[in-house]
Amino acid sequence: MTEIFGFPVVVVLGQLVLGLVNGSFYAILSLGLAVIFGLMRVVNFAHGAFYALGAVTALLGLKLLGVNYWAALVLAPLVVGLLGILVERLLLRRLAGLDPLYGLLLTFGIALAIEGTLQQLFGSSGESYPVPEALRGALNLGFMILPRYRAWVIVASLAVCFGTWFVIERTRLGATLRAATENAPLLQAFGVNVPLLVALTYGGGVALAALAGVLAAPVILVNGTMGSSIVIVVFAVVVIGGMGSILGAIVSGLLLGLAEGLTKVVYPEASNIVVFVIMALVLVLRPAGLFGRE
Amino acid sequence: MRPATVALGIALAAAFAAPLIGVYPVFLMKLLCFAMFACAFNLLLGFTGMLSFGHAAFFGAAAYATGWLVTARGWGTLPAILAGVAAAAALGAAIGALAIRRRGIYFAMITMALAQLVYFVCLQAPFTGGENGLQGLPRGSLAGLLPLKSDVAMYYVVLAAFLGVYALIRRIVHSPFGQVLKAIRENESRAVSLGYEIERYKLVAFVLSATLAGLAGSLKALVLGFVTLSDVLQANSGEVILMTLLGGTGTFLGPVVGAGLVVTLEEYLSDVVGGWVTVIIGAVFVACVLLFRRGLVGELAALRSRR
Repeated sequence: MTEIFGFPVVVVLGQLVLGLVNGSFYAILSLGLAVIFGLMRVVNFAHGAFYALGAVTALLGLKLLGVNYWAALVLAPLVVGLLGILVERLLLRRLAGLDPLYGLLLTFGIALAIEGTLQQLFGSSGESYPVPEALRGALNLGFMILPRYRAWVIVASLAVCFGTWFVIERTRLGATLRAATENAPLLQAFGVNVPLLVALTYGGGVALAALAGVLAAPVILVNGTMGSSIVIVVFAVVVIGGMGSILGAIVSGLLLGLAEGLTKVVYPEASNIVVFVIMALVLVLRPAGLFGRE
Repeated sequence: MRPATVALGIALAAAFAAPLIGVYPVFLMKLLCFAMFACAFNLLLGFTGMLSFGHAAFFGAAAYATGWLVTARGWGTLPAILAGVAAAAALGAAIGALAIRRRGIYFAMITMALAQLVYFVCLQAPFTGGENGLQGLPRGSLAGLLPLKSDVAMYYVVLAAFLGVYALIRRIVHSPFGQVLKAIRENESRAVSLGYEIERYKLVAFVLSATLAGLAGSLKALVLGFVTLSDVLQANSGEVILMTLLGGTGTFLGPVVGAGLVVTLEEYLSDVVGGWVTVIIGAVFVACVLLFRRGLVGELAALRSRR
């Protein structure tokens, strides 16, 4: 069999893999958004800017300091995470207790400032990041050719998502985090340093975004505004999946990436709007979102 | 007379005299269009408490509709404006009906996502000119009587439209309908328990706001003579939020002051600092949210009432 509903199998599989790659980025990004929102009630509009910052940091590290891909995978999220902690301490903290809309507006301003700076410093045309040597070439699976780097992105993303889920749901740190989400003042009364926990959570959330940025760097053009459109898609993913559940964020991210890939085969013109159309449908049929408990 | 009334009188006189004393009318018209846009947006955020992050969709869709009708279809100015406004109203009804199914930040995210959908449609549709946009829009004449080619004539038409919209918004807010909107803003559950069908009120407020934003978009298209993707871009939605926030949400004059500041800032600053304008806008956003959430007009009013 070489065709599915009149489309060549190779094309369908190829687009599905591409969709899964994009879906992996959506999953990591919406996961970070969900973790930050859960504890801080802040929708982090700057998530896309931190994603771009992760990729740019990796690129700069390679060009200026010769930091290779594998080191960048650890260092870029670390640098961006520290910056995130700074942002939380200096800016976001002042909004505690206010309407969550202010958090959205503040992080929108932060996103503009970061993206504008990146664009000024590196231009808007973008640069590509070389694929690391060990991941060049492709695997021949018999029924399709799978580029190694794409396979790596999917595997690495799933590992990151599962790892984050494990930390939050199955470890002592995660239990503390969930307790803070439920009732922060009470947890603080038990002697837990909640402000520190909040800062670490925001730092961790944006470090995840930066990690997605480093993973994405070799497959897209790295520039300052690479995060500004993906963050809107991720918002739609979050509306569809609901921000209440970690697993929901991961699953809807991957599924929507796949849906985008399939649309590229069937009706390519609609591929960049399909997520928004699905969001509209979900709002009509299940306003609280697929995994939502509003 | 109260000092505020005097100040308003002076501002009005200045607005009427401005093109006669040599202020560049195209700049003033652009300012008025964005002031109208911000006032329309403020009807939703300031008086109903709904933060739309996608108002560029209505502004841009009306601009595209008007632009396409006057260029490709040879429509007259007035029918083309009305059609543009109608397009914005229809789009507002569709997006509003979906978005009001969720509240608060979800509402903001949904409007943002749907506006992005409109952006992609404008990017790919055959009648929008894609990356080039629509160029060379003729201004035509108002009902065949008043030719609008001269900037001064166009200026007075735009000024009249702006004053009309401003008065209309005051009228809406002070009407019983407007009181219900404010009740929804203050306490949605209580408004429900008082027996108001808040979904309908929210939808009507959303459509009204989208319609007036559309009028601003159509006029801006005719003033500048072109429509581009930047009119429907998400950055435009962000800018109108900044204008309203900077001037003062929930005040009548705030959005006008905010629009004046932002448009002037962009017009003159972009020559000096180039692309850093985005960074400055972001910084102003941050400063606004952290330091003066009531906006300039709101903080002034608060100062006055404290004395």
